[in-house]
Amino acid sequence: MSIQFQVNGTAREVDAPPMKRLLDVLREDLRLTGTKEGCGEGECGACSVIIDGEVINSCLVPVCQVAQTRIITVEGLASDGELEPLQRAFLECGGAQCGICTPGMLIAARALLDMNSQPTRDEIKEAIAGNLCRCTGYVKIIDAIEQASKEN
Amino acid sequence: MAVGQNVLRKEGYEKLTGAARYIDDITLDGMMYGKTIRAKIARGRITSVSFDAGFDWSRIVRCDCRDIPGKNYVLLIENDQPLLVESEVRHYDEPVLLIAADTRAEVEEAARHIRIEYEEKEPILTIEQALAGEREVLYGADNVFKRFLIARGDTDEGFAQADRIIEGEYRVPHQEQLYIEPQGMIAIPGDGSLTVMGSMQCPYYVHKAIKQLFNLPDERAIVIQTTTGGGFGGKEEYPSTIAAHAALLAHKARRPVKIIYDRAEDISATTKRHPGIVRHRTGVLSNGRLVASEIDIVLDGGAYVTLTPVVLSRASIHALGPYRCDNVRITARAVATNTPPNGAFRGFGAPQVAFAYEMQMERIAAELGIDSLELRRLNMLGEGDITATGQRLTWSVGAQDVMNEAVSRSRYVELKKDAGAAPATADNKRRGVGLAFFFHGAGFTGSGEARMKAAAGIEITAEGRARVLAGSTEIGQGTQTIFCQIVAEELGIAFDQVEVQEPDTSRVPDSGPTVASRTCMVVGRVVQMAARDAKQRLLSFVAEAFGAPEAELIEGKFVAGGRELAEFTDVARDYVEQNGKLVAIARYASPPGVEWDEDSYSGDAYPVFSWGAEVAEVEVDMDTFEVTVLKITTAQDIGRAIHPLLAAGQIEGGTLQAVGYGLLEELVWDRGRIVNNRLTNYIIPTSLDAPEMETVIIEKEYPHGPFGAKGVGELPMNGAAPAIAAAVFNATGAFVTEIPITPERLQMALEKKAVKE
Repeated sequence: MSIQFQVNGTAREVDAPPMKRLLDVLREDLRLTGTKEGCGEGECGACSVIIDGEVINSCLVPVCQVAQTRIITVEGLASDGELEPLQRAFLECGGAQCGICTPGMLIAARALLDMNSQPTRDEIKEAIAGNLCRCTGYVKIIDAIEQASKEN
Repeated sequence: MAVGQNVLRKEGYEKLTGAARYIDDITLDGMMYGKTIRAKIARGRITSVSFDAGFDWSRIVRCDCRDIPGKNYVLLIENDQPLLVESEVRHYDEPVLLIAADTRAEVEEAARHIRIEYEEKEPILTIEQALAGEREVLYGADNVFKRFLIARGDTDEGFAQADRIIEGEYRVPHQEQLYIEPQGMIAIPGDGSLTVMGSMQCPYYVHKAIKQLFNLPDERAIVIQTTTGGGFGGKEEYPSTIAAHAALLAHKARRPVKIIYDRAEDISATTKRHPGIVRHRTGVLSNGRLVASEIDIVLDGGAYVTLTPVVLSRASIHALGPYRCDNVRITARAVATNTPPNGAFRGFGAPQVAFAYEMQMERIAAELGIDSLELRRLNMLGEGDITATGQRLTWSVGAQDVMNEAVSRSRYVELKKDAGAAPATADNKRRGVGLAFFFHGAGFTGSGEARMKAAAGIEITAEGRARVLAGSTEIGQGTQTIFCQIVAEELGIAFDQVEVQEPDTSRVPDSGPTVASRTCMVVGRVVQMAARDAKQRLLSFVAEAFGAPEAELIEGKFVAGGRELAEFTDVARDYVEQNGKLVAIARYASPPGVEWDEDSYSGDAYPVFSWGAEVAEVEVDMDTFEVTVLKITTAQDIGRAIHPLLAAGQIEGGTLQAVGYGLLEELVWDRGRIVNNRLTNYIIPTSLDAPEMETVIIEKEYPHGPFGAKGVGELPMNGAAPAIAAAVFNATGAFVTEIPITPERLQMALEKKAVKE
């Protein structure tokens, strides 16, 4: 089945079984491997992408459901090789350690800041509660999102 | 100046843009997908393996133990764990067969057409069953993998002096490392050689295992670490098995093979933290002074020896805690059970005994009616004091400093006074505060480092850069960054002029495994020595070229007598042009005077200890018995912090894992099978479970570490569980002796307390 949608501002068309997971379409068909799989059942958030402004676990979405949507993945955050302020803040604050949760965290944080440019620490905690990190204890991730919000 | 600065992490850009390539992000031409077919009983014998005759097997590659060219063992301490079951099954989900196909879907389909039949035996599933001797023995004569005895002074005499003898039994559970990147490997067959790449902590462990399984000489097995999404010990020994599985399929298929575990397989089949039972019998004077201590430890090693003796060793050495006691007797055993082998997990035996020794201190304080902080202050180790193994602490003892800092920053004394007196809130919640004091020996135990003689080096390139050559892996903790800082500082060049060779056994020396809080302190020191050697060679070169024997290398320039002679980059280029490449390799040597006797298990167990104190503030819901950790304040002495931000990140991350250990994480078993092998039901802390944290780094410099650094990786795993349990005791009066402190367990402890009252 041929499905059309937009990824990181570019129109894409894939020919895939309708029930193929969006995660696999991104990683295999489009070779956008920045989006990660940590659990395959929507618990860890490593596969988070933004679909029409909402954070979604791409491991739970069949590709047929994203026809005509706009998707943002971690690859869509930096432009021309320049880190966006949120990515820069993660780097400066120590928000990325092993890096496997980082794409999903950035996506969750991006969606939060798009809706609420000045979140409190509690609002940040709430926004990333669906994204598991085993390295940082979340402290420096929250610091990074807070710093990015101040630069907004 | 690079050391002590919060430079941007070396591999940060790739991790933030999604460009970093983890093993599952790599696809090779002609690559097949492999899968492990596992036993579905805990103990018994395979009677038959049958492949559905109606299924087309022509597209599937199949391997069993007969396909292994060398010995069917995963090399570690003892040759007892087969790579693939021959007949006897010793734990649920033990690997039996391997299959590979062109796609993941095909290999999954093929797996459904294999049938294995068994003759089951009664499994040994718990420590109690292993020791009872009622079921058929699994290991040796009595199911005991390993024993240790640490004895100092005369405990009989100590107990005779004691005013009180206080006993306690403490239980600690399995814990899953739960790195977010599941395990995975790709193997690529060559002409009489094999290349394996993947997610791992220890490329040379994999290298040694592959060599034995395939009868390969050193250079014919190549192991490459790809970007690794967390390890925490879980990628110390188990990757050897996955690498060898992928290699066996690749060897047979003559094509590259990728194996990626899904989360359920990863939780079910790979190693866990050792569960255990720790019993304390302590003789104290009425003022609280410890005069005798008998400690008995039993750990559950699982089905094979793997790293269990080493975990048990660390548990034994740390069992008394950071306290003085002249009469000590520590006995330790690890037993065999029909459960997946337990293995390395951050802390490596120490968090288990830390929960026990700190809860014993709480118990002693409560029974004597003295404050537990005062009890700790009275007995805590300090410089010049002697540990349970007879080690005199001569340098870098931050015990007092961490205690004072944690207590004052957290306002522990005031909080404890208030919490004890306060009634429950209107919504029936109680608050409490608890303290833990702990230590951790960095590097291998005893003579381990002296035997290992870890090698690492640097290369000065023709482009005028310095490249670190080390087998130590970046697994999130910052290896690449701190090594570059150490080299930049030692050479006197900019951080950006230093890079790291990705670990590849054909390109880097064996620096030993990336474990045991040893990467910075031990390998970092070796890297520093190699840089010093390279610098000397460059200085000799400059001395000759410029007739300047007094030349120095400062901020990227060679200078003599205030005169600038040349840029580092130019000298490096000229040196390489004239002499060929400049590679300096150094090896670790133990600091002078550090001695260990393996037979009596006494002496300097570690060259130095790191120290920590931690205060937890909790709120307990007295209706639901849920415990919420509000805040953790911790002070940790890790020697010089090469990168304070990364070091704080280690402390915060380790602390939250320890909160999970104390409160949330628990495996549910059914006849040897892990029932909750998913992230839906094995619960690790989310951002909403994470307390506010205040972290203070104390820098008691260690004279034999790189620029004074000690180990930091594991120390933070030791404190939170007992601090939280002490806070729950303070809040509710319920003394919990087993973690995790689930609502059910807390309810039971409260009922027990009510009966006593």
